[in-house]
Amino acid sequence: MPFRKNVKQTNIYGLSISFVSSGRAPLLFLVLYSSLSCVLSLISRRMWGLARQRVGFGNFSSPILGQVLQRIRPLGSVLPKNYSTAAKEMTVREALNSALDEEMSADPKVFLMGEEVGEYQGAYKISKGLLEKYGPERVLDTPITEAGFAGIGVGAAYYGLRPVVEFMTFNFSMQAIDHIINSAAKTNYMSAGQISVPIVFRGPNGAAAGVGAQHSQCYAAWYAHVPGLKVLSPYSSEDARGLLKAAIRDPDPVVFLENELLYGESFPIPAEVLDSSFCLPIGKAKIERQGKHVTITAFSKMVGYALQAAEILSKEGIDAEIINLRSIRPLDKATINASVRKTNRLVTVEEGFPQHGVGAEICMSVIEDSFEYLDAPVERIAGADVPMPYAANLERMAVPQVDDIIRAAKRACYRSVPMAAAA
Amino acid sequence: MSAFSAVKSLSTPTITTRSTPSSNPKPSFPFPFPSPASAGAGSLRHSAAIRLNSSSPSPLRAVSSHVLSDEQRVTSPSNHDKALVTRREALDLYEDMALGRSFEDMCAQMYYRGKMFGFVHLYNGQEAVSTGFIRLLQPGDAVVSTYRDHVHALSKGVPARAVMAELFGKTTGCCRGQGGSMHMFSAPHNFLGGFAFIGEGIPVATGAAFSSRYRHEVLKEASPSGGLDVTLAFFGDGTCNNGQFFECLNMAQLWKLPIVFVVENNLWAIGMSHLRATSDPVIWKKGPAFGMPGVPVDGMDVLKVREVAKEAIERARSGEGPTLVECETYRFRGHSLADPDELRKPDEKAHYTARDPILALKKYILEHDLASESELKGIEKKVDDVIEDAVEFADASPFPPRSQLLENVFADPKGFGVGPDGKYRCEDPKFTEGTAQV
Repeated sequence: MPFRKNVKQTNIYGLSISFVSSGRAPLLFLVLYSSLSCVLSLISRRMWGLARQRVGFGNFSSPILGQVLQRIRPLGSVLPKNYSTAAKEMTVREALNSALDEEMSADPKVFLMGEEVGEYQGAYKISKGLLEKYGPERVLDTPITEAGFAGIGVGAAYYGLRPVVEFMTFNFSMQAIDHIINSAAKTNYMSAGQISVPIVFRGPNGAAAGVGAQHSQCYAAWYAHVPGLKVLSPYSSEDARGLLKAAIRDPDPVVFLENELLYGESFPIPAEVLDSSFCLPIGKAKIERQGKHVTITAFSKMVGYALQAAEILSKEGIDAEIINLRSIRPLDKATINASVRKTNRLVTVEEGFPQHGVGAEICMSVIEDSFEYLDAPVERIAGADVPMPYAANLERMAVPQVDDIIRAAKRACYRSVPMAAAA
Repeated sequence: MSAFSAVKSLSTPTITTRSTPSSNPKPSFPFPFPSPASAGAGSLRHSAAIRLNSSSPSPLRAVSSHVLSDEQRVTSPSNHDKALVTRREALDLYEDMALGRSFEDMCAQMYYRGKMFGFVHLYNGQEAVSTGFIRLLQPGDAVVSTYRDHVHALSKGVPARAVMAELFGKTTGCCRGQGGSMHMFSAPHNFLGGFAFIGEGIPVATGAAFSSRYRHEVLKEASPSGGLDVTLAFFGDGTCNNGQFFECLNMAQLWKLPIVFVVENNLWAIGMSHLRATSDPVIWKKGPAFGMPGVPVDGMDVLKVREVAKEAIERARSGEGPTLVECETYRFRGHSLADPDELRKPDEKAHYTARDPILALKKYILEHDLASESELKGIEKKVDDVIEDAVEFADASPFPPRSQLLENVFADPKGFGVGPDGKYRCEDPKFTEGTAQV
């Protein structure tokens, strides 16, 4: 029963929400939901069983290893596609806005701070309507002082509040990076647990369209390098809502990397995502698409590209498993490794610069834990190793495209197993 | 637009810049001559005057680091008929300064014996600033400091044992040995660090002041102090050239935050003289540029510092906003224990050693019959005993165990993510024993 499973997961992970006992869900909805759930539990247990059979955990030499690996089943979506409730559509922008709204209304200690978040309704309209609703004490328009206001956010977090600090883009966070790393990330450790920093740094990350080198860098690898930070990168609206809520509730500093080009994209979301206590666990990846021939990991916008690539690859007989990382730090190495042990091939996709990037870390993790399972070298797709050019055609070449993912997946698959389909 | 609806516009500061009295032939910097009586607004007094070489520095000429010239005027603490402090207050001040001095001297000893290591920055000579300000605070008020933070922590109430053990790197230290000399934190005492980067503590302090105002106005929590909880930010002259300083002066005044910016101007940033590094070395004047009062004070005189501090803290507590206080002070030792301290002139050092704040307070106490010599000796002995006990405690304490290495990275224990077996790492007992593979 996948949805109940999701809800139960959030409780296991210690988040103080309980979907079923939430007073906010209308009674009617609860009744509908529970009756629906009973029906579905029958269907999906069957489906889950089928999925497990297809996946086939039988290739192991030792039974103990097999048992251990049985437990590394990728948690999350074996979503039945034929779920009867009408799926609502929501843009990522609406998802973020509603998440902020709900968290600010639930906890008066949460406040939003950044450039243009108030009267301008947000540089990308993410904080639309919040100033009107919560007032200038809780939605603060700051001067252009990243170092200053990031540090103010950290100091406020030290002393008991829960700030959400918005950077207009994460490129500007470089002016404040001393505070993100030295006074936020390291403080719980330096103070031996006395002072925790429940702050969220959020904003668009990575390349946009034609904005040039200084506005296009991806900072996932930089922030994920630092112990003491949690780094999240949502793809869909469900991710955006669930992860932002989790980030705001989390007692530790979270770097929340959004993507400007995804703000306007609309995704269908199941009804439970709309509940105000919906939360996704930090540190768990999501398998967007089950597959058996090659694992493709991606985060943020690249998940969309990978899914498109998977569609095209499936016509050529390559069944790709797409993992949406969601959490760059802590990285869900368990899910990635389980997937690689199943498919034996890995392609990592990211938008940022290749050297010392997220893909490098994933590759190493797989070599450490699942080396014998690899049938081909790990393929790494990343942005070009140049500052982002301005010209539209050059920019296209500097960022991974669907074709690049397809070619890498094919390279990974052709190494040892000849594929029947022609290109 | 101001963050808080209570304040819609900047009010003119009540304490304005002091203009130099016309009796003096030429203006000098960084410290103006004292005016004979307080000029109306408040009971603030000026610092002692140091007349400088009058040549104004131009970018192309080398600036002399000479602070002293032939004409020196040293004023001793004013001899009033009535004492500025009660006996109890005076003894508290004396004990706190003596504690700070003895502690730092002991740190030097322990460093040279190898018990302490790394970077250690001592506060000898600057005790009047720490004591003068921090002893006026309520328990709910916060202090944010720099790497020269041992004495700030002690004045705020962190036990000497905890600080010494932290310096020795023992698990009984105030940060379990994980912070060190430059990163003292104590949540129960609202001592918010200990920062190695200069200027880093200023935005953090501004944030703490913001939090104080937010809790009062948005969350409607009343503070036991009767007003707003005040935050003190301590930092040096070198920091006053850093961008974050100006960003925070702006925002603190913009939002009328309950903070006092305390500049400990000891004239030297490691080996860089303040005069060589700063286009306009008068720091307190930079406050009014942002709309807040700027006040200079003699940082070698604890009573003068205390007078200024009282007013600044009251301003902050009542919601009138920030104040910039520049304390003229001096560190008797080098920048750190690794600094050979070759660039400072001996006559400059001698000048300030003669103004030792502890000796000055002792003289004041005896002149005003607030206590006897033997009582003061008793206090010194008590302080020495406390320090001895702290050293013994720190010596006897154990080093942190191996399992402590991975602890405290996150407040959320599940923050270490999922291990290879699919369970949360924090649930694996081997993880906390320090034997798991990470």
